[in-house]
Amino acid sequence: MIVTARDILGRRGRAAAASATYLYFLVVLALPIGWLFLEAFGFGPGTLLAKIGSPEALHAFRLTGLVTAIAVVVNAVFGTALAIVLVRHRFPGRALANALVDVPFAVSAVVAGLMMVLLYGPDGVLGAFLDSSGVRVLFALPGIVLATLFVTFPFVVREVAPVLRQAGTEAEEAARTLGARPMTILFRITLPTIRWALGYGVLLTAARSLGEFGAVLLVSGNILGRTQTAPLYVYQAYTDFDLAAAYAVSIVLIAVALAMVVVLEIWKLRRRRIERVRV
Amino acid sequence: MRIEVRNLCKAFSGVAVVRDVSFAVAEGQLVALLGPSGGGKSTILRIVSGLEDPDSGEVWLGGSRVDRVPARERGVGFVFQHYALFPHMTVRENIGFGLRVRKHDPAAVAARAEEMIRLVGLHGLGERYPHELSGGQRQRVALARALCPAPKVLLLDEPFGAVDAKIRGELRAWLRKLHDEVGVTSVFVTHDQEEALEIADRVVIVHDGRVEQDGSPEEIWRAPANAFVAEFVGAGNRFAGQVRQGKIDLGFLSVPAPEGVAEGENLVLLCRPTEVFVDAGPALPDAPRIARIAFLGTTMKVEVEIPGRDAVVAEIPPSALRDKNLAVGMPVRLCLSAYQAFGRDSLATQPATSVTPVGTWFMDGGGI
Repeated sequence: MIVTARDILGRRGRAAAASATYLYFLVVLALPIGWLFLEAFGFGPGTLLAKIGSPEALHAFRLTGLVTAIAVVVNAVFGTALAIVLVRHRFPGRALANALVDVPFAVSAVVAGLMMVLLYGPDGVLGAFLDSSGVRVLFALPGIVLATLFVTFPFVVREVAPVLRQAGTEAEEAARTLGARPMTILFRITLPTIRWALGYGVLLTAARSLGEFGAVLLVSGNILGRTQTAPLYVYQAYTDFDLAAAYAVSIVLIAVALAMVVVLEIWKLRRRRIERVRV
Repeated sequence: MRIEVRNLCKAFSGVAVVRDVSFAVAEGQLVALLGPSGGGKSTILRIVSGLEDPDSGEVWLGGSRVDRVPARERGVGFVFQHYALFPHMTVRENIGFGLRVRKHDPAAVAARAEEMIRLVGLHGLGERYPHELSGGQRQRVALARALCPAPKVLLLDEPFGAVDAKIRGELRAWLRKLHDEVGVTSVFVTHDQEEALEIADRVVIVHDGRVEQDGSPEEIWRAPANAFVAEFVGAGNRFAGQVRQGKIDLGFLSVPAPEGVAEGENLVLLCRPTEVFVDAGPALPDAPRIARIAFLGTTMKVEVEIPGRDAVVAEIPPSALRDKNLAVGMPVRLCLSAYQAFGRDSLATQPATSVTPVGTWFMDGGGI
């Protein structure tokens, strides 16, 4: 039996519960987003566009876009590969590896950034070595990318692995007996099977990369016009009392996030139509 | 093409699943690997197809040894129990896959796929996706896909295991017909003895990783090589008895003993329900009585309880039940018209010490 609000609460109680739910949604989610837009537009479109178009802001957008693109590609390739290994292969330490995948979910992003600083900083094991070979990781693009990869590590793996597990290996075996080579099986059977999951994983990765603040703050050094990403720019502008700039860049970030949510919903609709499954 | 396996062995993490299995399938035959679940049948099939490597032993297709040849080069068609269709491809794309990956001309692939769609009776469904088909239709697609590249041999792993009972019967007859049409040497795995006996030219009984018997359906039915086969294909009554003065004494009944058994030897008798006759008997206190009568369709299942023993199951025609006025609670006497006797100590897999030629013995009243 399904227990509904009707069974538990009286008429008034139901109305109260409904109001409370709406209020919660409004206060926690809708109001902050709406208010930001209102405040931002209070500066007038001209000011906003000028702030968005300033060289520092544009550089921040470009850097964030670049880091996101790298994170998406790397995660798509290695996340899928890791999911295949975790699901299909049996090796000692597999359970431990499987559990470690989730660590970035639980670890604070600032702590993740700190790990990177410790490892790649001037006194770090890898940092000292790389510095002597002329490769700059900390306070440069590689550091930002590594920190972003750390915090986005689980998304693709966690979306793809259950789909792979559920699909089993029979279709791939059927393809083998039909004469397909391993690469043909990967591209024509395995990848199409996981394409939706991979898409969701990539979208989540992109969303997290675009918004990552804590981990990037520590490794980037927040150098204006060099290692300052869009979220860092918002923080900087806010602390510098340049509210117009902070709002302007924020609405761009929110607009991108909303666009991704729309894409996700469209994907779900299409998938529902094609596969007739509820998602 | 002829299939032969020699001395196949395979273990999974130390557990032997296939133990020294050898058999051959003649060109054009339809052969069943029959046995209980977990007996190693599917593993044997997967080794023949190349999906699994044997630990030792040989697989021959035609005149060549193939056990080290990759699956994709063996020219084997494989049909899976759960179809294993490619969900993102239409019926037509599924069926043409084998030729497409071998880089055949697209027009030729399309023509051959169309031919296969017609062969399996799926006209007009070529553009459907697998999730839009019924279980029976999916299995036909799986078969068409396996047959499309004209394989040398066709292997089917529990091909009807996932469809419901009614469709299973239809598909079974249809597979036999299709096999006769196409003529490709085929092996199918099943745990359903009825299925195996009905459509196979030959049946190989596999149990616990070994071949228990290899023969025609009639041989398997009439002359089971050992007690395991007899029990597996007969699903019948089992009695313990001892040889006394040329008869086997079952305690409640004596039946003629086969030749060559020694006085005092302990035997196990297996008797199919259709070979047990039930008639009204004297109302003695310890007489067998009818405990249950169940309707099976063409026959009636009569369960007879004998005080202090396992119940005996008989299957008799409804007319016999009526003629003899049999009802629950009635005292009866039993006759065994045919049975098989096996040495008692060697019940599991050893050959029978003797098998009675099938004949009919009617007890003349003194049985009970």
